[in-house]
Amino acid sequence: MSDPMAEIRASFFIECEELLESLQDGLNLMDNGDSDSETINVVFRAVHSIKGGAGAFGLDDLVHFAHRFETAMDEVRAGRFVPDTEAIRVFFSCADLLGDLIRAARDGHVIPPEKTSPILDLLDKLVGCEEEEDEEELEFTPAALSFDLGDTAGLPDIPGLPSLEGVPDLAETDLDSDPKLVAAKGFDITFKPETALYTSGNEPLYLLRALRDLGDLEVECLTSQIPALDALDPDLGHLSWKLRIITEEPIESVREVFEFVDGLCTLDITPLATPVDFSAPDDDGPSIADLPNEFNTPTSPSEVPAPDNSAVSTTEPGEPNKEITKESPKQTTAKETPKPASNKASSAPTQPRATVRVDLERIDRLVNLVGELVINQAMLSQSVTEAGIAPNSPVSTGLEEFLQLTRDIQESVMMIRAQPIKSLFQRMGRIVRESSSSVGKEVRLHTAGENTEVDKTVIERLADPLTHMIRNAVDHGLETPEKREAAGKPREGRVTMTAQHRSGRILIEIADDGAGINRERVREKAIEKGLITAEMQLNDADIDGLLFMPGFSTASEISNLSGRGVGMDVVKSSIQSLGGRITITSVEGEGTTFSISLPLTLAVLDGMVVRVGGETLVVPLNAILETLTLTDDDLKALGPETHVVQIRGGFIPLLDLGAELGYRPPQDSYVGGIVLLIGQEDGNRAALAVDAIEDQRQVVIKGLEGSYGRVPGIAAATILGDGQIALILDPTDLVSQASGKTKKRNLPVQLAG
Amino acid sequence: MSLEVLAVDDSRTMRDMLNLALSSAGFTTHLAEDGIHGLEVLEGIEPDVIITDINMPRMDGFGFMDAVRSEDKWSRIPILVLTTESADELKSKARAAGATGWIVKPFDPTKLVKALQMVAG
Repeated sequence: MSDPMAEIRASFFIECEELLESLQDGLNLMDNGDSDSETINVVFRAVHSIKGGAGAFGLDDLVHFAHRFETAMDEVRAGRFVPDTEAIRVFFSCADLLGDLIRAARDGHVIPPEKTSPILDLLDKLVGCEEEEDEEELEFTPAALSFDLGDTAGLPDIPGLPSLEGVPDLAETDLDSDPKLVAAKGFDITFKPETALYTSGNEPLYLLRALRDLGDLEVECLTSQIPALDALDPDLGHLSWKLRIITEEPIESVREVFEFVDGLCTLDITPLATPVDFSAPDDDGPSIADLPNEFNTPTSPSEVPAPDNSAVSTTEPGEPNKEITKESPKQTTAKETPKPASNKASSAPTQPRATVRVDLERIDRLVNLVGELVINQAMLSQSVTEAGIAPNSPVSTGLEEFLQLTRDIQESVMMIRAQPIKSLFQRMGRIVRESSSSVGKEVRLHTAGENTEVDKTVIERLADPLTHMIRNAVDHGLETPEKREAAGKPREGRVTMTAQHRSGRILIEIADDGAGINRERVREKAIEKGLITAEMQLNDADIDGLLFMPGFSTASEISNLSGRGVGMDVVKSSIQSLGGRITITSVEGEGTTFSISLPLTLAVLDGMVVRVGGETLVVPLNAILETLTLTDDDLKALGPETHVVQIRGGFIPLLDLGAELGYRPPQDSYVGGIVLLIGQEDGNRAALAVDAIEDQRQVVIKGLEGSYGRVPGIAAATILGDGQIALILDPTDLVSQASGKTKKRNLPVQLAG
Repeated sequence: MSLEVLAVDDSRTMRDMLNLALSSAGFTTHLAEDGIHGLEVLEGIEPDVIITDINMPRMDGFGFMDAVRSEDKWSRIPILVLTTESADELKSKARAAGATGWIVKPFDPTKLVKALQMVAG
């Protein structure tokens, strides 16, 4: 068996991440003015659970921090402290630090107290609960657990720990053979349970047993209080006990036995005045150790002792009322559904869903295998077609079902990998908070579509570029509060982050309501850096594109946030490596929006197989708006090599795919040719001329970048059903390459692509 | 003696640990994630003792104890409350709700077993 504690520890850290997520959610709600007690409770509970688990693993730093955070949240929960925006900001910082501490504990790092104490002091000052701090601190002592039950040396030294049944090897209380005990100390105990002791579920028998475990016990049951049978109320307690225990244990151990019944009984514990000779105990009654075993289940009503002064402890101790009730049997057997205490609870019948944790590698393997399955299935289809088997034959219909199943399997597998983008958005919340406070700006992050599901790998690889873009938005995009006020905007800047599915891709937008791109400044800067020449005529989009050029930075002074090092060029190439694209739109004075468009998955796509100049190519289906066969009327020539297609009153540039990729020279005429109408994220369209459309099918993406680097206009490659390798086009990239060539052949902006 | 235990806690880690501690002691363990789930599980079993956390979503420990105690067939089952605070206030509140005893988190497995045996034999 692998170490169960190590496994629980690993799962604890996973649970922590979930708790952090609900903590963030709760704080976000509070930040937006939600003061619902359940919201606050969720926040409290998250911190509380983290503390509880951390305590069990002896993660002292984490416990300490979580405890103080929890204390503050408890003040909020109790309504003694009503947090304002500033306080919630501090809570956010605490949540961030809590996350840091969790990860540090997980990875075995240490976060120095200097990093945590300022925020904790701030928290205490805000909430004003520092006085109780020391006292409570003492109450909560983290104790690392050891489950090595076979070795008592590993157990914490607990005074008075008795031998326990079911716990193997915990040294038998060898009191009998211990010579020291001949001159033993001990206690005289009188114990009179009140009725409330029984109703709380306590059972004197077990208490006496626990006491027995501490040493040698003499028991005298006092039954004089038991009334005559006709006057006996079985619901009341009538018995009391006189006990004498011979033990080396301190009085605290004895008190510990009665801990749960403190206040529910009359209890008097007196240390024995003189050492008692253990070897000659009083012979008044048998020790409780001699109690027959059947008293383990004292359920029969007939066992209520008759009044008897012989005081033999073999009478049933306690339980005078376990089953004898005044209610009729009908009532006792009546099935009554327990009423949930809170109405809110019953309205939320959602059972927590069962989950299985699976190593990501296994899923990746599965994804790969499914990819192979898709290819194989395509090959099989092709063979069947080539063999001339009729489409309505059993083989063909069977194959059709097979195709459907393959597709279903594929989708299911992809769903395993898909995750809501929420975790990523939450991380960005922290970036906004940290970066805004370090540059002295007031910024609020708004998010939408955080439940949009994205492939896990994509989420992971988006973290860095998004972080950089968010920092840029805060650092460069938004103005200082003073400037904003001067411009008639609210002091608090706004960064909006949205995710959504759009036409088979994922669109992520990061928008700020800042000053927008100062294009004049960008142009100057680019000239200064020698990226462009002063004579170049650039439109707005071209200037915006300059931001993606290596080494470009518009900040007059380098702030410690964005720094130099990583620029938007790196952001762009990371997005491209995910098969995505990034575009900017900016309105001066109103803000800037970065749009990232990403494929849903990195593994497969629906494609149209086309032939151009003798080559087979795959065009992603989601890029194709429609296909057309051109007539003379559709075509307009703008120059010797430049044509446009007229479609429903609009003009769309025509690109010859064969010529663009260098397979063959441009055609003399495109009349009668087939074009694919390509739609781009920015709403622009283009028509790609191809020689023939062969098929429409799902293809498995096989990356080329590892072998060839990034090829302009080409997204990846795939293996077709007949085993042939085909390139997968990146139509948008191809179109922008092509339009770049025709419009401004020498513009170095293209280098950035 | 081997006991049958129902442990109710919303924290997966805590459930795992309770399960490990109880199973290691040879106890039969049932787990539930909150009060409502606890009541559902309780319908199908006859535990010797119940352990419950206090602060849980949907139905907290107090509500759970209330519901258990108000049902005749369960009213006598000893209930131990898991708590991080050993504050007296909480103890009396727990007792008022029907708790038999309490265990302070983080619990020591041997103490847990001892406490269970103290209330359930």
